[in-house]
Amino acid sequence: MTGAVAIGLAGGIIAGLLGVGGGVLFVPGLVIFLGLDQHQAEATSLLAIIPVAIVGTYVQDRYGNVRRGDALLLGLLSLAGAAGGVVLANALSGTVLRDAFAGLLLIIAGQFVRRALASGDGAAPASAAANSHRREKA
Amino acid sequence: MQVVPEASLHRSLRLAAIGTLAGLFSGLFGVGGGSVIVPLLVLWLGYGEHAATATSLAAIIFIAGFAALTQGLYGNVHVLDALLIGVPAVGGVLIGTWLAQRIPARTVSLLFAGVLVLSAVELILR
Repeated sequence: MTGAVAIGLAGGIIAGLLGVGGGVLFVPGLVIFLGLDQHQAEATSLLAIIPVAIVGTYVQDRYGNVRRGDALLLGLLSLAGAAGGVVLANALSGTVLRDAFAGLLLIIAGQFVRRALASGDGAAPASAAANSHRREKA
Repeated sequence: MQVVPEASLHRSLRLAAIGTLAGLFSGLFGVGGGSVIVPLLVLWLGYGEHAATATSLAAIIFIAGFAALTQGLYGNVHVLDALLIGVPAVGGVLIGTWLAQRIPARTVSLLFAGVLVLSAVELILR
């Protein structure tokens, strides 16, 4: 139980700091510290993301940042893809899925290293600069 | 709240493409899909960073919700663990946004990259 709470806090802090998902930390956390298999970890991560997305949306909407029409359209148009992705994940073996996920982590790590090296000249990649308005330097 | 102009077919097709890609990515890897949505909203629809992130968060409620539901049909969702992670994560976000004003973005990015690489190695060696 303490492990799960620690994973949630860590993922949330990262999401707050960098503007991108804790999900990418939830999955390995669930596998490494709670012993879930890759499919269970991904499924559980998806559910765990929802409270953050709801609260985040509420706060951002109060700032007037949410384009509601687009968000609704985007959400509805993503449902088939989301179901397809889940079916695909479950068609793969746990080992293949886990290695693919590890590859994804390495790609994201590479993006953040690039971002760190580029910081200061405004060349941060789009997904990583979400909180830039909160920082004096960025 | 920004006034959204009547969406053209072109625009809707782009939103459909972004949604489909993000959905596949989210469902396949168990993540929100924001790292797909945010850059594409910026590149294809001319969004600013803040609007892209905020709109992405709202779309993720649908994406993660439906993907979690589908995973539930496979019996893969551990509901208690999800709550134990998801609820503290909300508090974590508040701490993170507070910290963001006090820690250089570069340091955080490098630390995060290090954690991701360690996690990847741990997963591969399993």
